[in-house]
Amino acid sequence: MNFDFSDDQRLLAQEVRRMLAETSTSTEIRRVLAGHATHSADVWNNLVGMGAAAAAIPEQFGGAGLGYLELCLIAEEAGRHLAPVPLASSFYLAAEALMRSGNEEQQQRWLPRIAGGDVIATAALADAEAWSTGPAPVFADGRLSGRFAVVPDAMIAGLLVLRAGDTLVLVDPAAPGVARHAIATLDPTRPCGEVVCTDVAAQALCGGERGAALCERVLNAAAVLLAFEQVGGATRILEIARDYALQRKAFGRQIGSFQALKHKMADVYTANELARVHAYYGAWALSCDAPELPVAAAAARVAASVAFNRAAEEGIEIHGGIGYTWEMDCHLYMRRARYLAQLIGSEHAWRTRLADALIREAA
Amino acid sequence: MDFRDTPEEAAYRAEVRTWLHANAQPRTSDEQRFGEGLDDAERISAARVWQRRKAEAGYAAITWPREWGGSGGTAMQQVIYGQEEERFLVPRMVFENSIGQCLPTVAMWAAPAVRERHVPRGIVGDEIWCQLFSEPAAGSDTGGIRTRAERHGDEWLINGQKVWTSGAHFCDYGILLARSDWDKPKQKGLTMFIIDMKAPGVEIRPIHQMSGDTEFNEVFLTDVRIPDANRLGEVNGGWKVMLSTLMHERLAIGGHLPTHLHRNLIQVARTARWNGRPALDDERVKERIANAFLSQHGVELIIARGLTALSQGKEPGPEMSILKLVAGRGILDIAGFALEMAGPEGLVAHQDLGREWSFLQQLWLSAPGIRLAGGTDEILRNVVAERVLGLPGEIRTDRELPFRELER
Repeated sequence: MNFDFSDDQRLLAQEVRRMLAETSTSTEIRRVLAGHATHSADVWNNLVGMGAAAAAIPEQFGGAGLGYLELCLIAEEAGRHLAPVPLASSFYLAAEALMRSGNEEQQQRWLPRIAGGDVIATAALADAEAWSTGPAPVFADGRLSGRFAVVPDAMIAGLLVLRAGDTLVLVDPAAPGVARHAIATLDPTRPCGEVVCTDVAAQALCGGERGAALCERVLNAAAVLLAFEQVGGATRILEIARDYALQRKAFGRQIGSFQALKHKMADVYTANELARVHAYYGAWALSCDAPELPVAAAAARVAASVAFNRAAEEGIEIHGGIGYTWEMDCHLYMRRARYLAQLIGSEHAWRTRLADALIREAA
Repeated sequence: MDFRDTPEEAAYRAEVRTWLHANAQPRTSDEQRFGEGLDDAERISAARVWQRRKAEAGYAAITWPREWGGSGGTAMQQVIYGQEEERFLVPRMVFENSIGQCLPTVAMWAAPAVRERHVPRGIVGDEIWCQLFSEPAAGSDTGGIRTRAERHGDEWLINGQKVWTSGAHFCDYGILLARSDWDKPKQKGLTMFIIDMKAPGVEIRPIHQMSGDTEFNEVFLTDVRIPDANRLGEVNGGWKVMLSTLMHERLAIGGHLPTHLHRNLIQVARTARWNGRPALDDERVKERIANAFLSQHGVELIIARGLTALSQGKEPGPEMSILKLVAGRGILDIAGFALEMAGPEGLVAHQDLGREWSFLQQLWLSAPGIRLAGGTDEILRNVVAERVLGLPGEIRTDRELPFRELER
């Protein structure tokens, strides 16, 4: 029994942690928060430069050729440090879409550029929930039309992967008929944009009969990787709250000595660790493409969304008034938790996917 | 990351499996239990026979050092044996306390002659042991023990009451924690003894649990005489001895917690009908199925983390406390919801609805006990908060005062 990462994998994660601790600082994150930058170029160049971001991209496509277990641990570190970079957009979503559903030519063309950081790519893949009404995106005869309300990193992307029904479509954002504009969101540290395509010439990544299954595969991979970011963030905000509870005194004692807060933090810890073991299981399923992946990915997604949202909310509560201020970083965790939990469909949508997969399995 | 055995573990598993096939009957379903239809005496005598057979094959005390008569094996081997034995119809819940906690304590702390007298007999199943720590006024707060030990020459006179003693009614001996000094602070006036459960003055009354079972007992002790030779450790050094007993429990990482309960829910939801349609069509039911998987498969994965530590030769730490927190609450929710899906018929006693139903109803009735045994949810939250997160301990007013001055 070895339900753990290897020493080498941990070593790589430590290196990434060291780099992020130096570069992905509160000051740097707040430059993006304030709108002075679309992302942290410094963090991004480091992550790409050290081969970490492209850990799961094969060497033939310019990646590090390590694997998913490595990328999962890197994702945990990125989540822990609220890295304000398009790691999810470019690597968990767009690169995954290319690797899992693209043809050789599409992969050759785009993956090396993504791996090297020459192109930032992004994807809009969720389709279970929607707010605004309007016609669903349509792709027919090589032309895409439709509105994509929230596309992460849309304004800096050199390649878009957009979903129309069960077809994933590669779109050049500079192509005629593509209109995009920045939108304000609840997590300004990870900017998004709206993309409207009007009869845009585009290339299908996958579609037809296998389309639905391929979309699922891409979403499952992204779910596992995002779960690691969520676990990293949830773990970190609990540490921050714990440290504050040890330092802050009220009624003549450390507030962390009150059982109400001790038990609250124990519950947050329990939810975080439950998310962690499900994320680990997802990492295992992803790394060996196990038939358990749909169940494991959905479980990781739900457990991690629950955990990070809750840890971030309680992080503010434990701090009290000071935690509600702009200057404290607590809200950055709450914003990021919300961003990660809705980026590829909500916790509720994924809970349904999990139940459906379990019911199929039990049939 | 690899859920498979290492080559050494696989070899040990194969050896265990071969032996079990040659010596026991495989179970045919999850719900099947050994000894259905046997009375207590028949069950105990079958357990003694099975224990002797295990001892002869070297499986009775796998992790004990050889000088105690054990096999000198690893914790992982013990776990593997347990996993394999689980698939067979063999007696259970008779020798667990003897081998798991009581005899290691005797082996560590008893005088050589006493050790020689008891340990070999315990391994082969001739003597069965129980643990007498808890009292009506000393549950989570074990230091609150009031059973009195008074020294008279070479003997101790014991008076008091113990509670929640597993298997006391069929045990031959027990390890007993009693208060030997009322003028010392609570944890510093306790002494550990070996008690003969058949001695005059030992009266055992079964506790009728809310599940209908009687696994535990109250034990009343009236002028019970214990020779000083049967003391374990120093006079007033009982707290330290007790901690060593509890250390031996660390291997029991959730071995018997159910982990696939979402399947039971799915099965019930296929049969149960809501407004004329299968309950399984309802999205709220699906949500509960997903939640059942998250908690109980989570339990399995947390156990896998603990086993990973064991497999690497490490000791699973206090972080394993979350296991029972997740499992206890999860089982209660799942079993309760299964009953709910059947509407008023969910109240029908299980005899009329078959084995599957009986399993779920028993689970519902046993879940409150799971949340208490081996540390309540609240105590476990304190363990996580203090030992994992490093938060301050509870403010205590009882640590330094002489025990007799504490408020009752």
